[in-house]
Amino acid sequence: MNGFRYLSGVASLRLDAEKCTGCQVCLAVCPHAVFGMAEDRRARIIDLDACMECGACANNCAFDAISLTPGVGCAEAIIYGWMHHTEPTCGCSGDDGSPASACCGGLPTGATEDPVSCGEPQAPA
Amino acid sequence: MNMPDVPQVSSELAWRDRLARWTLRCGIRRNRALVKSGLYRVGEPAPESPVIVTANYRMTFDLVRRDLAGIDAWLLVLDTRGVNVWCAAGKGTFGDREVMLRAAVTGLERHVSHRVLVLPQLSATGVSAAKVRATSGWRVVFGPVRSGDIAAFLAANMKATPQMRAITFTLAERIVLVPVELVGAFAGWRALIPFGLLALGALVSLGDSGATIAQPLVAYLAGVAGGAALVPTLLPWLPGHALSLKGAEAGAVLGLFAGLALGAPPLSIGAGTLLSGAVASYLGVNFTGATPYTSPSGVEKELRVALPLMGAAIVLAGVLWVVQAFLG
Repeated sequence: MNGFRYLSGVASLRLDAEKCTGCQVCLAVCPHAVFGMAEDRRARIIDLDACMECGACANNCAFDAISLTPGVGCAEAIIYGWMHHTEPTCGCSGDDGSPASACCGGLPTGATEDPVSCGEPQAPA
Repeated sequence: MNMPDVPQVSSELAWRDRLARWTLRCGIRRNRALVKSGLYRVGEPAPESPVIVTANYRMTFDLVRRDLAGIDAWLLVLDTRGVNVWCAAGKGTFGDREVMLRAAVTGLERHVSHRVLVLPQLSATGVSAAKVRATSGWRVVFGPVRSGDIAAFLAANMKATPQMRAITFTLAERIVLVPVELVGAFAGWRALIPFGLLALGALVSLGDSGATIAQPLVAYLAGVAGGAALVPTLLPWLPGHALSLKGAEAGAVLGLFAGLALGAPPLSIGAGTLLSGAVASYLGVNFTGATPYTSPSGVEKELRVALPLMGAAIVLAGVLWVVQAFLG
């Protein structure tokens, strides 16, 4: 994505082209143009290092052709998981005393023009 | 046709809405920024008007309704517990179940003549279009990443261009994150760190000038500035790929200049550079939580290398300050 490259050769994304039916839903949901269509009309991974392992593609592949270990690429969440022996947990709920970082926060969300931050889960107003 | 049971929302943002956005940007009352979930009318929607689905985080809701100005649409606000779309999708609160539940409890099918829901693209981590369709009959169409593109997306018969599908992280999008990063660096127990460093400065300066007393604290503040302000701002231009490395670079440079400016003795300058570099490296790698391109596999890999180095740098900084104190 326009000039941003993260560490190479680490993404856990795998695509089984044999199972692919060419529906292209993975191309539609990927925010980093990781997939492309090959001449055989099946999807291919064309930019593995651009993958941020969000899991949108695997969640929407109706043919189980895509596998990966999805998660949040957030240091705070990973450190929290190490310290508490749990899965990486986003601390943006704030109730564990974690600082109000932009974790979760700074992500440009799906429906907004600007990056937004996240709030603490609470009962609806 | 008037639908008195569906509340209307304005596409105009009042000054209070703008104020709320900027306090949220500073991390103030973020945990209480939610909107009532449910179905809303934007403009004068007819049964064939599109249904736009979003989260009930206040800033998200406000920006979506602003960007729907001039469009007649139904706005279905999910209960994501006040969390933005992407985070909520990752946590599963913006998921298949909530989409179908909210459509059902609002009686959406009574208001529209079609079965199409336009969801933000970034909700795809939590929503499976195939599962929602198979279970409920609603056809999920993933719209653009940014709400600013909804109008163009609808005008193009719900076809997204590659630009609408791609996430961006522009200078403006990064700079708005600086306030919340700075506030976070002093939140909770971290607010005590500056006092500890003043005490350390007083101890190792042994009655020396004021500048030497303040040097550890100034080095720490330089690290915070490097990690929380320079890393977001200069992200694409700081050398390397790992954010811990980018942070260390920004912090070390600022720490070095701060030490020189204060006229600190050589070993103290080295100590300040190390501390500032370590602090900025930590804040830099934490910024991965705010970036839209870092993978968990990558973050874990760099943390395994960077965290021990940060610890070593901080210990070495302390040793250098003490040694310098004995050298006088």
